[in-house]
Amino acid sequence: MSNFFSKAEVTSSGRPVLLRNEVECHLLSAVDLEPEDHRHFSLLKSGLLILTTHRLIWLPSSSASTPTCASAIPLAAISHIFSSKKSLKSVFHSPRIRFQVLVSSTGRVFDPGSGSGSSSGSGSRSVVVTAVIRGKGDCDGFLVKFWDSWRARAWETTETSGSGSASASGSGAATGTGGGLYSSDGSVRMVGVAGILSKEQEMWESTDKNLQDAFQDLNALMSKAKEMVTLAEKMRLKLLSGTSSQTSGTNDEDMGSKEEMQDWLLSVGIISPVTKESAGALYHQQLSRQLADFVRIPLERAGGMINLIDAYCLFNRARCTELISPDDMLQACSLWEKFDVPVMLRKFDSGVMVIQNKSHSDEEVFARIKSLVTKPEALRTGISPTDTAMTLGIAPAMAKEHLLTAESKGLLCRDISPDGFRFYINLFPEIDPCNMYFVKDYGICSTWIKAVSTTGMRLRPWVNQKGLGAQDGSIQK
Amino acid sequence: MQKLGDFKLPHFFNYPPYFTLQPVRETSEKQIQLWKELILDYCRIQKIFVIRLEEEFPLFSNSVVERTLSHEAREAFLSALVAEGRAEWLDKGRRNCLILWHRIQEWADIIVNFVKDNGFEDSVMTVEEIRSGIESRGTELQGIDRTILVRALKLLEHKGKLAIFKGTSTDDEGVKFSV
Repeated sequence: MSNFFSKAEVTSSGRPVLLRNEVECHLLSAVDLEPEDHRHFSLLKSGLLILTTHRLIWLPSSSASTPTCASAIPLAAISHIFSSKKSLKSVFHSPRIRFQVLVSSTGRVFDPGSGSGSSSGSGSRSVVVTAVIRGKGDCDGFLVKFWDSWRARAWETTETSGSGSASASGSGAATGTGGGLYSSDGSVRMVGVAGILSKEQEMWESTDKNLQDAFQDLNALMSKAKEMVTLAEKMRLKLLSGTSSQTSGTNDEDMGSKEEMQDWLLSVGIISPVTKESAGALYHQQLSRQLADFVRIPLERAGGMINLIDAYCLFNRARCTELISPDDMLQACSLWEKFDVPVMLRKFDSGVMVIQNKSHSDEEVFARIKSLVTKPEALRTGISPTDTAMTLGIAPAMAKEHLLTAESKGLLCRDISPDGFRFYINLFPEIDPCNMYFVKDYGICSTWIKAVSTTGMRLRPWVNQKGLGAQDGSIQK
Repeated sequence: MQKLGDFKLPHFFNYPPYFTLQPVRETSEKQIQLWKELILDYCRIQKIFVIRLEEEFPLFSNSVVERTLSHEAREAFLSALVAEGRAEWLDKGRRNCLILWHRIQEWADIIVNFVKDNGFEDSVMTVEEIRSGIESRGTELQGIDRTILVRALKLLEHKGKLAIFKGTSTDDEGVKFSV
């Protein structure tokens, strides 16, 4: 049986790869997708149904016995959504959402982005698809959002405004970009200065109205959020171009800092934060996967291990508005055990918690510490967490944890003094209490003695006490 | 070899971690063992019988590496000696420690040998004479701590080898041997 639906791309942690400007809106679990003609096409059983501004995405649950791949239905291919009928039957059944999808000549879902070009060859036939919701999700809420997203037709505005906004310069960009804000309302065209003035006036009025609408209705704010950002951007550009003259130098600067800002946003940003509202009871699961995806890059930068608190700050910063609580973070991390993700949460004896790659090896770190601590300088004066951090290329707090772990394994000994907290290679195992003065020819003790005696220990005039004899502190064999 | 007076110090005396109480059990067991041996050796050679924690003790500081044992560490090592029966706390506050680099029994044996070597089997001596008399010069008994001596004598008394009695003056007690 072949696949009725289009294939959807998925990240290594099982999260869907979103299109440009695509935002997640709602989520339901344990959903079956049944195309009407399920004699020829396979049904998708018990998966996660995600509604976005552009598509309906179906992800197989990890407990599925047969490996099915993630599927998607573009909202553009949907021709009708049926309203839910409350009948006697529906009380006993699992709730269902039915909608009509355009199909291509092969009988599979019509994919408007697949470049089929001519309008004539596109879906003349439609097929009804039923989504059976066997999980405990909010079916009615989902349906409402489904209607909203389908009617909003976000994929169309993306196509028209895609090339326009990035290259907008300060002047003369008032019309023609970004959907509703600047669309003409069919008023009489005016020419000359009056025309320009009245256009400006119109623009300010509509902006004002927009702002009022936006702030009165939070739902509306959510959808207008993108427009708000664009508006703020345009205002900033207008200000900049208003004060500067037309020299190429300042233009470059604008472009430079703008690009910088975009880069920065991209490196830090996640476009569709998973919120409690859109994911309901699965909040922690989805959050957990999203966190696993996000933390990959900071981990690499930090050398394979990052403090949980640092990760929490970075993650929340990226989410911008939909902040998560420390509890949520902890939950999300503890759920990693259940999924096959390449990261894990680890708690050290001292109580410090870190996120580390599963591939991280303690042994390897110890080997590096050992080679560091047996260098002549380190044999004489030991190493501090800061030295280790610099040499290993990791954060000082992490370095200290590694040193403490190495100490607990018997590799190092601590030395606490007014000079601070330092570590030395552990010599004790080689010393025999029954034969204290004996030093083996080959061994760490002998290496250590050589290292400390080549330059001599620090000399200090000893103030004589109790007639115990002066000593000059040099070691003679 | 580095020295503290006449006493030869082992090489690890200049190893800074030696002066920090180690938290890891295996390491700290070794460290404690080494300190116990060192303390006993030093006290035996220097004829030190009592260590007072609040006073400076040369063995507990190393000016070359500029490290000193903390009070906690000193107490830990001395307590280890006490647990082994090689030392005793003289006070509840654990400020003074009696070091038994010879156990009391060993001292008792030394006294018995001393008595036999000098033919004092049936004699009478004062306690003070045992520790500072002419006969004891050059022996281990010379300068022995009074408390230890009395304890050893009491042990021998218990075994019937001697009898302790109060002297005519309140200063000193006398011992009658019947070895």
